[in-house]
Amino acid sequence: MVPLKSPAELENIRKAVIARRDPNKPCIAVCSGTGCRALAGQEVALAFVQGIKLHGLETKVDLKRTGCHGFCEKGPLVVIYPEGITYVQVQPSDVPEILRETIIGKQVVHGLLYTDPVTGETVVHESEIPFYRNQLRLVFGNNSEIDPKSIEDYIALGGYSALVKALFEMTPKQVVEEVKKANLRGRGGGGFPAGRKWEECRNATDEVKYVIVNADEGDPGAYMDRSLLEGNPHSVLEGLIIGAYAIGSHLGYVYVRQEYPLAVENVAVAIKQAVEYGFLGQNILGSGFAFNVEVHRGAGAFVSGESTALMAAIEGRVGEPSPKYIHTAIRGIFNKPSNLNNVETWANIPLIITKGAGWYISIGTERSKGTKIFSLVGKVNNTGLVEVPMGITLREIIYNIGGGIPGGKKFKAVQTGGPSGGCIPEQLIDTPVDFDELTEVGSMMGSGGMVVMDEDTCMVDTARYFVSFLCYESCGKCVPCREGLRQMLNILNNICLGKGRDGDIELLEEISATMKEASLCALGRTAPNPVLSTIRYFRDEYEAHIKDKCCPAKVCRELISYCILPDKCQACMICVRNCPADAIIGGEGLIPVIDQQKCTKCGTCLEVCPPRFDAVIKLSAEPAPRLVAS
Amino acid sequence: MKNKAMNIDGKMVNAGEGMTILQAAREVGIDIPTLCYDDRLAPYGGCRLCTVEIVEDGQTRLVASCAYPAEEGLVVKTRSERVDRIRQMILELLMPLAPTGPVESLARHYGLKESRFEADLNFCVLCGLCVRYCAEIKGANAICFTGRGIERQVTFVPGIASKICPVCRECLALCPGGMLASEIECLLASPEE
Repeated sequence: MVPLKSPAELENIRKAVIARRDPNKPCIAVCSGTGCRALAGQEVALAFVQGIKLHGLETKVDLKRTGCHGFCEKGPLVVIYPEGITYVQVQPSDVPEILRETIIGKQVVHGLLYTDPVTGETVVHESEIPFYRNQLRLVFGNNSEIDPKSIEDYIALGGYSALVKALFEMTPKQVVEEVKKANLRGRGGGGFPAGRKWEECRNATDEVKYVIVNADEGDPGAYMDRSLLEGNPHSVLEGLIIGAYAIGSHLGYVYVRQEYPLAVENVAVAIKQAVEYGFLGQNILGSGFAFNVEVHRGAGAFVSGESTALMAAIEGRVGEPSPKYIHTAIRGIFNKPSNLNNVETWANIPLIITKGAGWYISIGTERSKGTKIFSLVGKVNNTGLVEVPMGITLREIIYNIGGGIPGGKKFKAVQTGGPSGGCIPEQLIDTPVDFDELTEVGSMMGSGGMVVMDEDTCMVDTARYFVSFLCYESCGKCVPCREGLRQMLNILNNICLGKGRDGDIELLEEISATMKEASLCALGRTAPNPVLSTIRYFRDEYEAHIKDKCCPAKVCRELISYCILPDKCQACMICVRNCPADAIIGGEGLIPVIDQQKCTKCGTCLEVCPPRFDAVIKLSAEPAPRLVAS
Repeated sequence: MKNKAMNIDGKMVNAGEGMTILQAAREVGIDIPTLCYDDRLAPYGGCRLCTVEIVEDGQTRLVASCAYPAEEGLVVKTRSERVDRIRQMILELLMPLAPTGPVESLARHYGLKESRFEADLNFCVLCGLCVRYCAEIKGANAICFTGRGIERQVTFVPGIASKICPVCRECLALCPGGMLASEIECLLASPEE
């Protein structure tokens, strides 16, 4: 491939690619995102390869291994184009039927369609499934139509036309102005206006400047950036090249964690292809602009997502934050002006350039524009990646897209923003997704983690989980963060063990105040948020643990006990046989009794007790019910 | 070289080019407590004891004075209720680790009698003075940090330390926690085979 030397040559290629493709030729898109891979998505793809060969369909049907479609709950996902027929939870054994019925027979396989749990009706097309219907998939939507290893797929969908527009119709300053006008705020967590950052970096007086993609996503349960980089790496690259042009940078880095092997692989392939096509290199599309990109694989420290730490790591030093009273936009990598944006932020750039800031600001709220991708996980029916317009309420995401809480349980809280975020309780579930509104209620937008919790979740235990995560993911450099987290974990452990003392809540608040005010970097300054937000909205749960030694959600092991209800028990012996600690004393025809000294509170008895008996219950700080003599 | 006129605790201070708030304050005899600062080493910003208030556009902000560059017209308050409260908490958090030496005297100075946190003595406050001195001044890298977060600790690099440390020992005097002396004695007692 000779690098393209002009926009006209790109258009010719685009036309040729589109002309080669028959829009009516069936195409089977198998999701090969990380979620579907874990559910045998690759085996499904392999079964299609073999099946296509078997039926001699090689020239009659295309097979595409795409990036993540988002509906991970129902993976592996298969979409048949051009009709857009969507099959869920497809297994390799379903493949012959799909080929026979749908590809050859043009019939829908009803058993593989999504069934709406509310109406009980099956849904044929992806766009009609409530999970997708209620989203606005501007950044993420192309994932299901693109083979991430095929630059032609990206070009066929209009790829790199934003780059052409920026390079040939706009000055660098105009590009910065457009991004500023779009009011694009950083999707990595902070929400800082990207345009202002670009402007500062652009105005910095230094010949050498760097632009960086932050793909060091590490929030528990979050995989938005991963799926974007895996599924549509060229959209991120195109944004990065446009940013480099606007800022005046000639070298960029993609900082991606080593634990994301597919993202590392796909972005490396994308860079190689972009060089071959002339989207990267000395004279990009004949514009005279030169820019190259290197991949830097991160060693996996959560804290390395912090800008100064990430830049230190790129320099080859330990990925630890350092004081940044001079912005990295002025003094970053090797003390040169450096502009760092998150994967999703970069992926928004081609959209803004193509469709204009005027269009972009029509989406969202007054101060938060565009869309945001969330990884919706936890106690929610439809786990997956969702992209929604800013301003949508948490309730709409959890119920309309997420399908509500499984098992008829009650919603309790939603955690946004990962370890730096907070828990938002039921009374605030109508809070709109907006940088400032989420901060207002004590949480934050963060990079897009959204963990739904039901009534069986203990909020003290939740706070403890996040603090414990941070204890080992803080760099440990500054005292407030390291020692503050250490003592917070001690206190929370004690509370969960029933050893909480009066004054513990106030002490947690005191430590939090110093961490927020005096920590070196944003990790430490936001680390108390999970604790403070749970104290703010669930103080009664803390008090129950401390004063009554009661865990209201019946989660904290030291504060609960299991008990067999004599009037319900049918002496079936299942619990006796399954107890791994031999803690249930019973015999043929006898009502078993749990030896509380021996019991490890694993909950096996509760799980195995047949639902028709329902004889095992969990108690916390309440007397065991007695058999009433009748 | 342009001097920066600043106001520190009501005193007018002319800070030289490239100076930090801490250096400018010490120049005029205003003491700001530190545990991880050494004027021979690059600012580290780890202990956060040197946190001060600055007023910018009418807004008060907390910054680490060891790293914040002196600026023309900057107004700095090195003591306030807020600053003192932060220093007290930092010292209270450090007392369980190293209750003697500088931590003890600073704690007394800030009116702290005892810590509410359980003692966990290891005589190291992870200020990194030894690590940075060894790297930046000696260029030896015989001592380093290992572990992350609450598992962070100072460790001798075996192959290098056994050769260099017994004769150098310069970092001993820097240690505010008192850990190094005993560690080096151990190292001396067990020379590399």
